[in-house]
Amino acid sequence: MSTPATSPAVVHRKRRGAEALLVALALVIVIFAFCAVGLGARGKVPGFVAGLAVLLVVIAVATHLVVRFVAPYADPVLVPLVVALNGLGVAMIYRLDLARLDRLGDEAKQFAGRQVMWTAIGLALFVAVLLIVRDHRKLQAYTYTFGLTALVLLILPLLPVIGTQINGARIWIRVGGLSLQPGEFAKICLAIFFAGYLVVKRDALALAGRRFMGIDFPRGRDLGPILAAWLVSLGVLIFQRDLGSSLLFFGLFVVMLYVATERPGWLVVGTLLFVGGATFAATTFSHVQSRVDAWLSPFPVTEGTFQLTQGLFGMAWGGLLGRGLGEGNPFLTPFAYSDFIFASFAEELGLAGAMAILLMYGLIVERGLRIALLCRDAFGKLLATGLAVSFALQVFVVVGGVTRIIPLTGLTTPFMSYGGSSILANWAIVALLLRISDQSRRPPPEAAPLEMDDSTQVVKL
Amino acid sequence: MNRPIRVMSIVCLMLFVALLLGVNYIQFVDADTLNAKNGNRRVIDEQFARERGPILVGDRPIAESVPVDDVWKFQRRYPEGKLYSDITGYFSYTYGRSGLEQSQNSILSGSDNRLFVNRVVDLIGSNQPRGGSVSVTINRKAQRAAAEGLDGLPGDAKGAAVAIDPSTGAVLAMTGTPTYNPNVLASHDLDAVTKAWDRLNADEDQPMLNRSTQQTLPPGSTFKIVTAAAAMENLDLTPSSKVKGGSALSAPGFGSYQLVNQGGGNCGGKNITLTQALEVSCNVTFGDLSMKVGQAAMQAQADAFGFGTRPIEQVASNPSQFTGDPDAELDPPQLAQSGIGQFEVSATPLQMAMATGAIANGGALMKPYLVSTVRSPDLKTIETAKPEKIRDAISGGTAAGLSQMMVDVVDNGTGSSAAISGVEVGGKTGTAQSTSDRPPYAWFVSFAPADDPKVAVAVVVESSSTGRDDISGGRLAGPIARSVMEAVIGR
Repeated sequence: MSTPATSPAVVHRKRRGAEALLVALALVIVIFAFCAVGLGARGKVPGFVAGLAVLLVVIAVATHLVVRFVAPYADPVLVPLVVALNGLGVAMIYRLDLARLDRLGDEAKQFAGRQVMWTAIGLALFVAVLLIVRDHRKLQAYTYTFGLTALVLLILPLLPVIGTQINGARIWIRVGGLSLQPGEFAKICLAIFFAGYLVVKRDALALAGRRFMGIDFPRGRDLGPILAAWLVSLGVLIFQRDLGSSLLFFGLFVVMLYVATERPGWLVVGTLLFVGGATFAATTFSHVQSRVDAWLSPFPVTEGTFQLTQGLFGMAWGGLLGRGLGEGNPFLTPFAYSDFIFASFAEELGLAGAMAILLMYGLIVERGLRIALLCRDAFGKLLATGLAVSFALQVFVVVGGVTRIIPLTGLTTPFMSYGGSSILANWAIVALLLRISDQSRRPPPEAAPLEMDDSTQVVKL
Repeated sequence: MNRPIRVMSIVCLMLFVALLLGVNYIQFVDADTLNAKNGNRRVIDEQFARERGPILVGDRPIAESVPVDDVWKFQRRYPEGKLYSDITGYFSYTYGRSGLEQSQNSILSGSDNRLFVNRVVDLIGSNQPRGGSVSVTINRKAQRAAAEGLDGLPGDAKGAAVAIDPSTGAVLAMTGTPTYNPNVLASHDLDAVTKAWDRLNADEDQPMLNRSTQQTLPPGSTFKIVTAAAAMENLDLTPSSKVKGGSALSAPGFGSYQLVNQGGGNCGGKNITLTQALEVSCNVTFGDLSMKVGQAAMQAQADAFGFGTRPIEQVASNPSQFTGDPDAELDPPQLAQSGIGQFEVSATPLQMAMATGAIANGGALMKPYLVSTVRSPDLKTIETAKPEKIRDAISGGTAAGLSQMMVDVVDNGTGSSAAISGVEVGGKTGTAQSTSDRPPYAWFVSFAPADDPKVAVAVVVESSSTGRDDISGGRLAGPIARSVMEAVIGR
C-alpha cells in the first residue's frame, strides 16, 4: 500500500480566476471557428454568431459559478479544454451541415442544432453530477449497483425491441425517437465498479502469486476477475460487433488492475489475453477481418477501404497548415462528422491544428492522471486513473484508426464527434474528475488538535 | 499506487506520441504520395476548379478552360475536338486524363515545380493559381489535310495519318478515324460523361485509340524500305545492283511454299536492279534479300529505325516489332515474308514515318516530339523543345541511294498517286493482309521535297473497298499523303 502523495503542508490554491480566463480564451477560439466556417463556406460571418456568443458566455458564467460554489478547489484546466474541444466539434459539425445543404438541398440532415442541444444537456448533467456527488467516496458504497448497471447497459442494445443495429454495430437503443449508445455510460459505471471492487480485493490479488522471470504473476485462482472482464469484452465484440468498445473495456480493466495491485504481471497477462482475443477475432469474424485487411492494404481504393482512404486523402490534402475551415472537402469522407471528425479537422486545420487537438486531449489525460496522483484515497485514485486512461485509450483507438496506426474501429472522438451519448458521458466523466480533484486539493479538515489529544485515543500501542 | 499511475502516464504519453507521429507521417511525409493516388477526388476537384492552361497550335487553343457558373468554375473546352483528340487527349472528372492533358498535366494544372514562383505570387495576391500553356508542333494545314483526307474515305474506313519534320522529329500532323470528341468526356454533366465513356469503350472500332502511335499493323510493302536499307548496309548493294526478280521465290527450306508477287505477276525479268524492284514492289526480290541479310541483321536494322521502342513519350504509344519474339528463330519462309512486312512484322504509322524521315534526313533518326514550347501563365517561356537525334539508322550513302529509289517509286512506279508537280517526292506503297476475312491495310509512306526534306508522312487505311494489290492501296492512302505534304511545303 502506498502513502498519500501530498504532504499536508501543501495548500492548493483554488485557481477559479485562472479557469475563468482560460474558458474565455476557449470561447474566443470557438466563436472564431464559427466565423471562419461561415467565411470559408459562405463568404460571410454566420448571422447567429452574436447570439451564439451571448449564449455561450451565459452558459460559461453559469458553469463557472456552479464550479466556484460546489467544487472550488477543482482542477482549473479541464473545463476550458473540454469547452474548446466541444465548441470546435460543433463548429465542424455545422461546417459539414453547410456542405450537406449545398449538395442535397433542403432535405439535407442537419446535426449542429442537435449537437448544441446535447451539449446543453451534457452541461446540465455535468452540474447535476457535481451537485449530487458531493463526495466521490460515497460512490464506493454502490460498487455492485454500478457493476450491475454496467451489465444492463451493455445488454440493452441486444434486447429485441429497443436495441437497434446501425452501420453493422448493435450498440444502439432507440427510445422515443432518440438513439442512445448505452456503452458510453457503461464505461463510467464500469470504471466505478472496477475501482470499488479492486480497492477491496487488491490485497488478495497483489500479495499471493509466484515470481517468474522477475515478474510477479498472480495465482491461477485470482485470474477469475480478469477472465470475466475478458469474456465480457469478447461478448461485446461478438454480439454487438463493436471492436472499439470491447478493446476499451478490457484495456480499462487491465490498467486498473495493474494500478490497484502494483503488479506488472497483470499487464503481461492482460496483454496475452488481448493478443489471443484479437487474433481469434481477426481470424474468425469477417467484420474484424475486413477492418484488418483495410488497415494493412488500403490501396487501391475499394468499397471496404473507401472511408479509411478518403480520410487519409483528406488529411494529406490538409498538409501542414490546412485548407482553412469551410474550405476543404471533408464531406467526401463518410461519417466526417462523427467517426472521422478528426480527419475533418486535420484537413481544414492542417497538421498544426491536428497536433493542437491531440495536445489538448493529451492535456486532459495528464490532468486526470495528476488528479489521481494527488488524490488521498485509494478509491478516488483508482477511479481517476481509470477515467483518464479510458479517455486516453478512446482517443488512441479512434484517432489511431483514422491515421492507420491501428485497424479502424468505431469509437467516438470524445467531445467532438456528433452523438448525444458520447457528449453526455464525457461531460459526466469531467464532472467526476473535477469532484475528485476538488476533494484532493481541498485543505484537510481542521481536525488535527483532536488527534493529538492522547486521552481520546482508544487504542494505545 | 502512485508508481503504477506514473507508469500509466508514460504509457499514455507514448500513445499520444504515436498519434502525433502518425499525423506527421500522413500530413507531411506521405502527403505527396497520397495526393497523387488514383481516385483522390480532392485533387481532381481542385484541378477541375483551377484555370487550366491552354494547349495551343500557333496562337489558337485546341484545349482551353473557360469560366462557367457551376461548382467547378471552369469548363475544359476543345474548340476542334475531333480534329485534335489524338493530341490533346481528354480531361474528365470521372475518368482522368489522356494525351497531352496527361503528360503535360503538371504545367497545365500549374503544379509544376517550375511554376513555383507563380504560385507564391498568386498566393500573396490571393489570386486563383493558373496553369501554364503548352504549344504543340502541329501544322494546322497539315492536320486539316490529314483529317479531311481520312474523312473523305468510304464510310466504314478506319485509318491514321501522321507527319513529322524529318530534320527535327517535330510532329506536324497526327490524326485518325474514327475518333471521338473529347468535349463529351470533359462535360460537367457526369451522367452523360459516363454514358459517353461506356459507349466509346463498347465501340469495337476503338475510337479512343491513338491509331498513329498505339495501333501496330503489318506494314506490308512499305517495310521493303527497311529491307532495302538492310541489304544496302549489309550486302553492299547500290540502287543499280542486280537482284533476284521473277514471279515466284522458292528456296531450301520452303518445301512446296512459294513466295509470289501481288497479283501473281512477274517483276520484269529474272535479274532486275534494286531500284526497279522497289518501283514495282517486287516480293520475290525483298523476300530473297531478307534471307540473304539474315534474321539478326534484319532485326538490327529494324531496331536501328526505332522498332522495339516506344516512339513518343508525350502521348500513349506502343513499340513496333519485327518479330513477335526476338529470341525465336524464323524459318526461311517466315524470314522471307518478314522481309516484305508480313508474318509478325507490325508497326505504328508513327514508326513508319520515322523510318521514312530517317531515309530522307541522310540517315539520322530524330526523336518525335509534340510539344514545342511550354510557357508560364504570364507567358514567360519555360522550355523550348530541342530536336534530339536518336542515332544514325543508316549511312549517308545508303540514305541518299534509298531516297532516290523512293523518288523513282513515285515518278515511275506504284507511288504515282503521291506525285506533286514541280516537287521531287519520295514514297512507297504497301498493302498488307492480316486475316482473309478482314480488309487489307493500305499503307503509304512518303517524304518531300527530296532535295531538302520538310515532311515525312505515313498513312494507313483499312477499308473494305481496298483492292488487294499495291496500286489500289496507293490509290487510297497516297492522295492523303500527298495533300498533307502539299500543306506542309505550301503547294
